Amino acid sequence: MSTGSALWYLSRGTGVVSLVLLTVVIVLGVLTRGGRPLPGLPRFAVAGLHRNASLLAVAFLAVHIVTAVLDPYVTIGWLATLVPFVSKYQTAWIGLGALSLDLMLAAVVTSLLRQRIGRRVWRAIHLSVYASWPVALVHAFTLGPDIKTGALAWLGVGCVAATAGAVAWRVADDQQPSNISARNQQVRQDADRKEVMA
Amino acid sequence: MSVLCEETAVTARLLPDDAASGRLRDLAAHQQVFGAPAPAGALTSTAIVAMVEAAGLTGRGGAGFPMARKLKAVAAGGSPVVVANGAEGEPASSKDKVLLSLVPHLVLDGLQLACRAVGATEAYVYVHEGPLVAMMSSIISTRAALGIDPVTPKLVSAPARFISGQESAVVSRLDGGPALPMAVPPPVYLKGVHKSPTLVQNVETLAHLALLVRRGSGWFRSAGTEAEPGTMLCSVTGAVAHKGVVETPVGTSISAVLERAGGVDGDLQAVLVGGYHGAWLPGSAALDLPLSLAGLRPHGATPGAGVVVALSTRTCGLVETARVVDYLAAQSARQCGPCLNGLPAMAETLGRLARRDRTPGLVERVHQLAGLVERRGACHHPDGTVRFVRSALTVFAAEVDRHLAGGCTATDRAAVLPTPRTRGGAS
Amino acid sequence: MNQTLAVNWIACDGRGLCAELLPERITPDEWGFPVVDGHPMGPDLLPDARRAVAACPTLALRLAATGR
Repeated sequence: MSTGSALWYLSRGTGVVSLVLLTVVIVLGVLTRGGRPLPGLPRFAVAGLHRNASLLAVAFLAVHIVTAVLDPYVTIGWLATLVPFVSKYQTAWIGLGALSLDLMLAAVVTSLLRQRIGRRVWRAIHLSVYASWPVALVHAFTLGPDIKTGALAWLGVGCVAATAGAVAWRVADDQQPSNISARNQQVRQDADRKEVMA
Repeated sequence: MSVLCEETAVTARLLPDDAASGRLRDLAAHQQVFGAPAPAGALTSTAIVAMVEAAGLTGRGGAGFPMARKLKAVAAGGSPVVVANGAEGEPASSKDKVLLSLVPHLVLDGLQLACRAVGATEAYVYVHEGPLVAMMSSIISTRAALGIDPVTPKLVSAPARFISGQESAVVSRLDGGPALPMAVPPPVYLKGVHKSPTLVQNVETLAHLALLVRRGSGWFRSAGTEAEPGTMLCSVTGAVAHKGVVETPVGTSISAVLERAGGVDGDLQAVLVGGYHGAWLPGSAALDLPLSLAGLRPHGATPGAGVVVALSTRTCGLVETARVVDYLAAQSARQCGPCLNGLPAMAETLGRLARRDRTPGLVERVHQLAGLVERRGACHHPDGTVRFVRSALTVFAAEVDRHLAGGCTATDRAAVLPTPRTRGGAS
Repeated sequence: MNQTLAVNWIACDGRGLCAELLPERITPDEWGFPVVDGHPMGPDLLPDARRAVAACPTLALRLAATGR
């Protein structure tokens, strides 16, 4: 196998792993938003999982990006990995990858600096990571020929199903005040209702 | 609420005889009775602070903090702000409303002096929504038109809730937010209204300031005690013949204050001193106690903002307490978990005690909840409520036992302590 | 110079990560909010305390130096 194809395989492989890890990160984030626990695991462990998976995703992404740029078959250029839509090769789809990376980096960096920037700023930027996942998915789907068939296709379907399922469950669960901050909301609403009716 | 004026001049300082008619709302009449204030440039800020320090004036908003210390702390910072706080959230207290209605110019003169003392060019008058707003607005405009105020204050109103007058709630409201307490650091004298050092002073304190600068710190000290000089306004209500606001030297005995309000109507069971964050005192012991920090602290109470409520033997202290705690729970800002959950739980348990529910463990549960809410919040609302509740369980211990046995000694079910209903949630 | 734990009660949502990471000093009350032992932190517990402070999802826990 030539260096070129080795790099190409490495890039695609790490790209797939990154996508799976990103899916894990988002599903964990969605399921535990607002302080809800995951059954069986202490909350700090779930938070730790979320954090470590995202850092691992960044590590795999780094390899994915470096190997893609070094690959002699395609000319992408370092700038295009960070600045969306400047690549000569597959401008749009590489651009989406760069966009997804930018959003992810923003989320990771602000999380590491959370205590310095305060909750409001952190939260605003962190929510933008919701956009990075579908962007990454489109990037993967359009640029990876083998993701459309076979095992990788099922993996792709699995990622989409997991994320969609988590979001759907979250939206439905918003109706029950079973986590603490929702319980507090309920106590406030009950107090308001009692006062108005008195 | 009526104003009960003392004949002798020594205690009729803030509220002389003329005041009750309302004629001192007129600037000319005000200056005729109290004398004209010193011209704007005549007094340096150091001079004013020195006079306040020599006079020993302390805050009349409830905390009793030495004003000179506050002035120095705020003056040390850059572009300070001064707030005249007339948001009297305490339902049993009416002294600030009476003061602002009858001698508003005295408060506004004091506000100018406070601005001079700290070097402020920005000032606010902060009151509850209601009739006072229109009145204060017109008085402020009159003074502005005559150009007598170096710093024209802005009038800001807040919902008439118990905590609207809390220091950080005032700052929050003035910054355009809700009138709700903010998380503690930094203190408002360092970073208050738009992050500037802010002096928040009760309107009565400012009125005293206006007079002591005119007449001297020696004059101010001629009434009251050595450690706590001056006079104070008391809102006397409950089982008294004539409910109203009384001006009296600090350190006057509670019995004398009750006499000024026409005397107790019936047999005195207990006295609530300091308002709903204050403490109950047993009737017999209360009568001889002086209304001063030194006199009341050993008994677990403070004069607070001068609220004195007499409870006769025909009313049930436990029922009154339970109803007030229910009110206090509803008045929570609902920003902090322990208060938001704990105060309604306390109110519910006390309610059961009041209704003669004989379930074992109710009193223990109240004490447990008290321990869970105190000092676990952004403001002192839970702490004050706990002090009120603990003093009630002590003073009305016999009544509690009677309730647990299914009885109650009260013969009169009419509510004594005011617990107004306010619409809507915290805003 | 001692370090003590302090809670921003308005930010605190009672999620309990702090109590999980520092059970020696923090216990949840019946509503899930932390009951924090206010005594100064010993040097052995300081790393765990810092971890608890970093873990709070609403940044409600902090270590404040109290000059004593």
